[in-house]
Amino acid sequence: MKYLKFLFVGIVFGIILMKSEAVSWYRIYEMFRFESFHMYGIIGSAIITGILLLEISRKMGVKNIEGFKINVIKKRKGYINYIAGGTIFGLGWALAGACPGPIFILIGAGATSMIIVLISAVLGTFVYGLLRNKLPH
Amino acid sequence: MEFILQPWPWYITGPLIAIVMFIMIYLGKTFGMSSNLATICTIAGAGKKSDFFRTKWRERTWNLVMAVGALIGGFISQFYLSEPTNIDLNPQTVLKLKSLGFNDAGQSILPGELYSWANLLSIKGISILVIAGFLVGFGTRYAGGCTSGHAITGLSSLQKPSLFAVIGFFIGGLIMIHLIFPLIF
Repeated sequence: MKYLKFLFVGIVFGIILMKSEAVSWYRIYEMFRFESFHMYGIIGSAIITGILLLEISRKMGVKNIEGFKINVIKKRKGYINYIAGGTIFGLGWALAGACPGPIFILIGAGATSMIIVLISAVLGTFVYGLLRNKLPH
Repeated sequence: MEFILQPWPWYITGPLIAIVMFIMIYLGKTFGMSSNLATICTIAGAGKKSDFFRTKWRERTWNLVMAVGALIGGFISQFYLSEPTNIDLNPQTVLKLKSLGFNDAGQSILPGELYSWANLLSIKGISILVIAGFLVGFGTRYAGGCTSGHAITGLSSLQKPSLFAVIGFFIGGLIMIHLIFPLIF
């Protein structure tokens, strides 16, 4: 039962992304051709709202459900893995037209062939785990 | 109700996505979908091959549950909260896609030219989806996050690593669409 709230947030997230059309391959293609403001509007307004929510809650000393101060996990310092990994992900994002969230959402929406993308994404993650120590970070 | 059934504008959905992120942080967790791919590896026994996957996956059950929720949300939205509507793409985008062989741009969420099962029977068809998925899985873990973890959460909390990652997302996306698409389509 303690997981029910996460199921609920996930359902809401899935509905929002579907209704935003951000799950559409065509929208991703259009974004990378700079031919529509749509995706930039979604991502940009999400970031601005996110900054405001986090800043205001920090200033007000809002506590999370466990009673601790609101805290966002800090990413490890560096840049090589972020640029290199990000570029590799970007290639896949543009080709599949879906990032990990939409992969799950679209399977639910009936795009059964997206299961192929999910399986190969798991495989890609596994191969990263194998090669991790040999890659620059 | 009519409003619900139509696509929602960006200035509604963008802030709603930020609220989802904030709720996850309020619940003491994080907003990051790609971590689930590593969790699936761990459950499948990848820990035998690499230390990277030797983690206590049960502590991340909440994230898998959220992914299942997202899948259910996709189902609910598609079958109960939408009426058939074309995606309002830029006409130039539609023309460009036609020249690449995508004939029904915007008439469905995904192009049948890539995602129909008939297409997956060809070597080229299946290769495209397998390679695309592989790049998504490899790249997100190498970068330590995807659109939710870096573009939304990381940038909202003003983290420099996430800015590097998002710059990478765009370098990769632009290379794929502008340099590689003309070669494969």
